[in-house]
Amino acid sequence: MEHIEEEAPRIGVFVCHCGVNIGGVVNVPEVVKNAMTLPDVIYSEDNLYTCSSEGLSKIKEGIRKYNLNRVIVASCTPRTHEPLFRATCEEAGVNKYLFEMANIREHCSWAHMHEPDKATEKAKDIVRMAVAKARLLKPQEEPEIEVEPSALVIGGGISGMTTALCLANQGFKVYLVEKAPELGGMLRLIHKLYPTMVDASEGLNEIVEAVKKNKNIEAWTSTLVKQVKGFIGNFDVIVQKGNGEITNFRVGTIIVATGADVFEPVGMYGYKKYDNVITQFKLEQLLKAGQLEKPERVVMIQCTGAREEKGRTYCSRICCMTALKNALIFKQSYPETDIYILFRDIQTYGKEYEEWHRMAQDRGVKFIKYALEKPPEVVAGHDGKLTVDVYHALLGEQVQIESDLVVLSTPLVQHEDAKELSQILKVPLGPDGFFFEAHVKLRPIDFATDGIYVCGTAQSPKDTAESVSQALGVASRAAIPIAVKRLRTEAITAIVEESLCSGCGTCVRICPYGAIEKDEKGVARVTAVVCKGCGTCGASCPEKAISMRHFTDGQVVAQALAALERMVS
Amino acid sequence: MMFEPRIVGFLCNWCSYAGADLAGVSRISYPTNIRIIRLMCSGRVDPVIVLETLANGADGVMVMGCHPGDCHYVEGNLHAERKIKMLKKLIAWTGLETGRLRLEWVSASEGGRFAELVKEFTDQIIALGPSPLAKEKPDPVILENMLAAKSAVEDFRLRVLVGREKDLIEKGNVYGEKTVQEEFDKTMDEAIQSEYVRNKIYFAVRKEPQSVKELSKRLDLDPQTVLRHIVVLRRRGMVTVDQVEGTTPLYAALEVRR
Repeated sequence: MEHIEEEAPRIGVFVCHCGVNIGGVVNVPEVVKNAMTLPDVIYSEDNLYTCSSEGLSKIKEGIRKYNLNRVIVASCTPRTHEPLFRATCEEAGVNKYLFEMANIREHCSWAHMHEPDKATEKAKDIVRMAVAKARLLKPQEEPEIEVEPSALVIGGGISGMTTALCLANQGFKVYLVEKAPELGGMLRLIHKLYPTMVDASEGLNEIVEAVKKNKNIEAWTSTLVKQVKGFIGNFDVIVQKGNGEITNFRVGTIIVATGADVFEPVGMYGYKKYDNVITQFKLEQLLKAGQLEKPERVVMIQCTGAREEKGRTYCSRICCMTALKNALIFKQSYPETDIYILFRDIQTYGKEYEEWHRMAQDRGVKFIKYALEKPPEVVAGHDGKLTVDVYHALLGEQVQIESDLVVLSTPLVQHEDAKELSQILKVPLGPDGFFFEAHVKLRPIDFATDGIYVCGTAQSPKDTAESVSQALGVASRAAIPIAVKRLRTEAITAIVEESLCSGCGTCVRICPYGAIEKDEKGVARVTAVVCKGCGTCGASCPEKAISMRHFTDGQVVAQALAALERMVS
Repeated sequence: MMFEPRIVGFLCNWCSYAGADLAGVSRISYPTNIRIIRLMCSGRVDPVIVLETLANGADGVMVMGCHPGDCHYVEGNLHAERKIKMLKKLIAWTGLETGRLRLEWVSASEGGRFAELVKEFTDQIIALGPSPLAKEKPDPVILENMLAAKSAVEDFRLRVLVGREKDLIEKGNVYGEKTVQEEFDKTMDEAIQSEYVRNKIYFAVRKEPQSVKELSKRLDLDPQTVLRHIVVLRRRGMVTVDQVEGTTPLYAALEVRR
C-alpha cells in the first residue's frame, strides 16, 4: 500500500447522470469536460447510473486501464452510497480511503432544479473541490482488535437480569453487578403488573433464581462500578464489593441497566404535610403488604411533577396505566369506594391499554381533566380528611372533592448517582437526566461509544414489558462484537506529532471518549481504536500538534480554496 | 452583472450535512452560492481554516453543526461555538465585516431550516457586498490584518484559552478555582486584542526593522503599549533588536515555526 502514497496522484472522475435526477438539470458532459482540465485528473467519464453493476465495472475498468490511484464519483450523498463505491475501489486494488465523493445530486441538481446553468457551475466547483481533496488523500488502515468474550451488566433489576441471562445462555461470561443488597430492582417493590395483573414478585423470583444458578453469570450485589478504562472489546473494569473488596476484570462489552428512581413530590399537593397524601409507588407497597384499610374516596392526581414546562418535561409513560391498574384493584376489593382520577391527558397508548381506560370508566372510576395552569389544590378537611379543590376543565367550574386518600402519580427520574456512572463510562445523560442513546430511531439502545449499550428505565421511563424487550435487544447487540471476536475500527482518527506537543493536556480534557492521555514522556498519545475522529482535539490543539487522518487541515483548506477557484497547482 | 457571492460552508457529517441532503431530497430550493465541505464534526473547524478561507476571498463562511445536545460527539458543536465566538471578536479587529462568518445549528430533519438559513445568509452577504479580499487586488490593509489574525489563532495563547474555556468555567483549574463567564470573556477579549496587536507588530517589523516610535505611529498605539508587546515578542523569540540608531533600538522579526 505504501507505494501508492509515493506515486503521483492519478485521479479518475466518474460523473453520474442518475437517470434524469442529475442529468436532467446539470450539464453532465460539461462537468466531465471540466474535470479533465483539473490537475492530476487522468480520466473522466459520465455514466447513466454509476452505482449500477455496469457503472461499478466501469470504475474498475478505469482503474485498470488508466492505472488510477484516486477515484472520485460525482453523484449523490456519501451518506448512502460511499460504502458501495469504496468497496468497488478495494476490489480493484485501490485503498478505500483514496476514494472521494462529490455530492452533485442532493446538494446541487435536486436543490437547484430551476437554475440549470448555475447548477452546472456549482457541480463543476463541487468536483473541483473533490479533486483538491483527492490529490492529498492518503491510504488508511483500519486497526483490528480482539474482543474479550464477556460482558458487564450494571444493574440487577428486571432489565439487567434479562440481558445477563440472554447473554449467558449464548455461552458468554457475564458479570452482573447490583448496588443494592438484593437482585430484583424496582419490581421487588411493586404489587401487580398490568396488563396481566400477576404479582410482580411471581415472575421475578424465577428470574432471580435462574441468574443465581447460571454458571456463566457472576452476580455480585452491594457492588459498585468504580472505574472503567479501555474500549470496545477490551474494557478494564474495577468494582468494589459490599465487603470493601476490590476486584478487577476485563470485558468486551458493557450494558447499563441501572433503572430509575421514583420522583418524590415534596411540597406538592400536601405531600409530606398530610399523612394520607402518598405516591402511587407507596400505594403499590401498601397494597402489596395488604396494609391498606378500605378508603371511602380516593383521588389520584396524574402528572405530579411530570410534563412540566421546565425540568421534567417528559411523560413518564407508566403513570396512566399504573393509576388505572390500582383504581381497578380498589374497585375489585371495594366496589363502593369512589375513585377520582385527575388528569391532564390520559395516555393509554398501544394496542391494549386503551381498553383499560374504557374498563375503568365502565366500573365507575371518575375522570376529571385539569389544566396545567390551574392545578388542583389539596387542603385539610373535616375529621382528618382532605379536600381536593380542582378546576374541572371540561365543566369550566371549581369542584371540591372530600377524600381520605390522595395518591400522586409521579414520574420515574434518574438516580442521583447516575451522573457519576456516566462519567466513569464516558457516556452522556440527556437533558432529562436519563442515559442518552446514540440515535433515537436508528440506534436506540447503543451509546455513541462503541461497545456500551443501555436498556430499561435507565434510558427512559418504560414498563416491564418494554424494559424486557429492550433488554433482549441489548443482549443481541452486545453479543455481536463478542461473537465476531475480532473488530475493525475507524481509520479516521487523530494523530499526534510528538515533537510539537508541549504536553499541555488540552486535548485530554476535550476528548469526549477518553481516547487521549499523556504518555510517560508527558506528550499526548491517542488510542486509535477509542478515537471516533471528530477532530475537535486537532482544531483545539494549542500547538497544532494533532492532525486528523482523512480530514487534514491541508485537505480541508485545499477544498475551501478550490471552492474559491484558487486551486493550488 | 449581479453579485454572486462565494460562500463556503463547513458542515458536520451527522446533522447539518444530512439536513442539507434532506433539503435536496425534499426539492427545497435555495441560492446556489454555497459550496459545502463535509467534516465529521463542527468541532473540527479550526479557526485557522476559517481565516484562511476568508483571507483567500470567500464572501462568507458558514459553519453548521448539530443542535446543542444532539452532537454525535457529545459536545463538539459547543467547542465550535466557542471558536466562532472568539473568531468574530478577532475578525472585528481586522476591518473585515464580522457578518461574513456565521454559525448555525441544523438537524438531520431540518431540510427546510437549512435552506432557509442558507438563503438568509446569502442575502446577508449580498447586502454586505463582495469581500474586500475577494477581488483581483484585495485590500492590502485588511489582508495584512487578516494575516496577523490568522497568525494569532495559530499561536498557543488564544487556542489554549478557547480549548480550556469549558473546563475553566465548569470544572475550575488545577486548584479547583472556577472562573465566571464574564471574567473569562474579559480575559479572552484582552487576549484577542493583545495577540492581534502583537502579530501586527511582528508582521510590521518583518517588512523592515522599526523603532517603537515608528510602530506606535503606524499602529496608532501609545509607545508604552508597543514596548510591552515587544518585550513579550522578544521573550517568545519572535522579535529581536536589529540595530541601534543613535540611542533608538530598531526591532526586526525572527523566523518562527508556523
